[in-house]
Amino acid sequence: MRTRMTLALAFAVSAGMATAAEIPPTGVSYEDGAVAASLSGTPGNVDEGRKIVGSKKLGNCVACHAVSDLADVPFHGEIGPPLDGAADRWSEAELRGIVANAKMMFDGTMMPSFYKTEGFIRPGKAYTGKAADDTFGPLLSAQQIEDVVAYLSTLKE
Amino acid sequence: MNKYNKIATLVGVWALSSSAAMAGPADDTLVLNEETEMVTRTAAPAHLSDVMDEVISGWHFRGVETRAMQADDFDNPGMIFVEQAQEAWDTADGSEGKSCASCHDGTESMAGVKAVYPKWNEAAGAVRTLEMQINDCRETRMGAEAWDYTGGTMQNMVALIASVSRGMPVNVAIDGPAQSTWEQGKELYYTRTGQLEMSCANCHEDNYGNMIRADHLSQGQINGFPVYRLKNTKLNSVHARFKGCVRDTRAETYKPGSPEFIALELYVASRGNGLSVEGPSIRN
Ligand code: HEC
Ligand code: HEC
Ligand code: HEC
Repeated sequence: MRTRMTLALAFAVSAGMATAAEIPPTGVSYEDGAVAASLSGTPGNVDEGRKIVGSKKLGNCVACHAVSDLADVPFHGEIGPPLDGAADRWSEAELRGIVANAKMMFDGTMMPSFYKTEGFIRPGKAYTGKAADDTFGPLLSAQQIEDVVAYLSTLKE
Repeated sequence: MNKYNKIATLVGVWALSSSAAMAGPADDTLVLNEETEMVTRTAAPAHLSDVMDEVISGWHFRGVETRAMQADDFDNPGMIFVEQAQEAWDTADGSEGKSCASCHDGTESMAGVKAVYPKWNEAAGAVRTLEMQINDCRETRMGAEAWDYTGGTMQNMVALIASVSRGMPVNVAIDGPAQSTWEQGKELYYTRTGQLEMSCANCHEDNYGNMIRADHLSQGQINGFPVYRLKNTKLNSVHARFKGCVRDTRAETYKPGSPEFIALELYVASRGNGLSVEGPSIRN
């Protein structure tokens, strides 16, 4: 824990940020839908990101998007566009903005906001159907968003 | 502000690629027991004309085998539950010593009833679902205990009453005294709930025909309810299905039998006006 903090701080400093290492969901600043600053202050891990995108329990992005690189994961949806070549179409900051809160980039999109904690109608406690309680948090953590962004950045055609 | 130019190109490419993939309802005709041709696709009712042209039964979105199973009463496991309800229909219960048959004679007397429910009840001054009407007969006319709303005994009876209307067009009234309930239901249909912020319309209006993970999205019609699901091998009520769909948006659900689900049921039923009553149907 301690080493991680130190590392994160070191990174934040080197990246020229004066703020605390982790930006909370309520503190993210969007510019034209993009988010320039790392949310966690720690570089994303591509392998973790790949897991999150394919996992039903985590990002479950393949529920809506096909990804050729994830051919080992069964059943890709067709609600959103295939993510192949996403890094050719979007910068890292844009990808971060899309994953954190896609509604900032695509007005009214069906894509869930993965790094948001406020403004929901009847928020529930995960998939229990019960009301949300004090364990309520964003769908993905700051570091998981960074991992996903790192993975998406590898999707070039 | 948004990246409209990028999206426009993107959507162009995407539309091309997905039209080539498996999508859309199966091209097939449902003929029940080799005699009754069912209306499983028809022109959308007037109130939907600005959002869709055609309404399509969930039957078209299921696989070949599931579709075939529903076409023949001997293959339809839902009909076993209908038989059980037939027994309950004839069995006296409650302080008055009466059965449904004591007042309603044979079940044929219920032909056409499912097609118009939920329906405004003048005496109650409210819209009633079939379940509510059945429980009202049990409690006030038979002196019997109410059945659990989504439970087997109740859903078997709903299936029995639906089965004698199969082939008749759904035709729920949305005007007159039912209108305000209908409007409440419409509002709920388009409200994006839960942490995933999704409305019924996101999935069942904007994306029917598309795959969401392993599921082939239908229009979320209820003309086939109660449905026998291969997944849990029993009859499933409309409100249990609603509850499952709302839960899947990571939302706090409404309760089966709640005013919200009654209103939503009236609205969703009206989106299927014109389709044949199909219950009990088969789904995965
Ligand atoms: C419920 C469906 C849904 C889920 C789940 C979903 N998305 Fe999306 N996504 C969409 C839709 C729809 C769009 C198209 C944008 C719009 O609405 O105009 C989109 C757009 C995108 C885009 C931009 C399109 C491109 O490739 O150029 C990216 C990148 C993206 N999503 C990534 C993700 C990631 C990563 C996840 C998981 C963390 C995810 N999405 C989960 C529906 C979804
Ligand atoms: C004592 C007589 C009696 C018994 C027993 C009885 N009902 Fe009824 N039922 C009625 C009457 C009278 C009505 C019409 C009442 C109304 O419109 O409010 C009715 C209405 C209904 C309706 C609505 C019909 C329509 O056209 O809207 C259904 C469905 C129904 N009953 C089902 C049942 C079932 C199922 C049972 C057995 C569990 C049952 N009833 C037992 C007297 C009875
Ligand atoms: C995230 C997507 C999603 C949302 C949002 C959603 N559903 Fe569904 N729904 C499904 C899936 C998947 C199925 C099973 C496949 C199918 O029939 O579409 C389903 C099935 C149904 C069915 C059964 C249809 C049949 O023919 O058996 C009904 C009815 C239904 N949904 C109603 C609703 C209502 C009402 C809402 C809003 C409260 C809603 N759904 C919201 C995904 C969704």
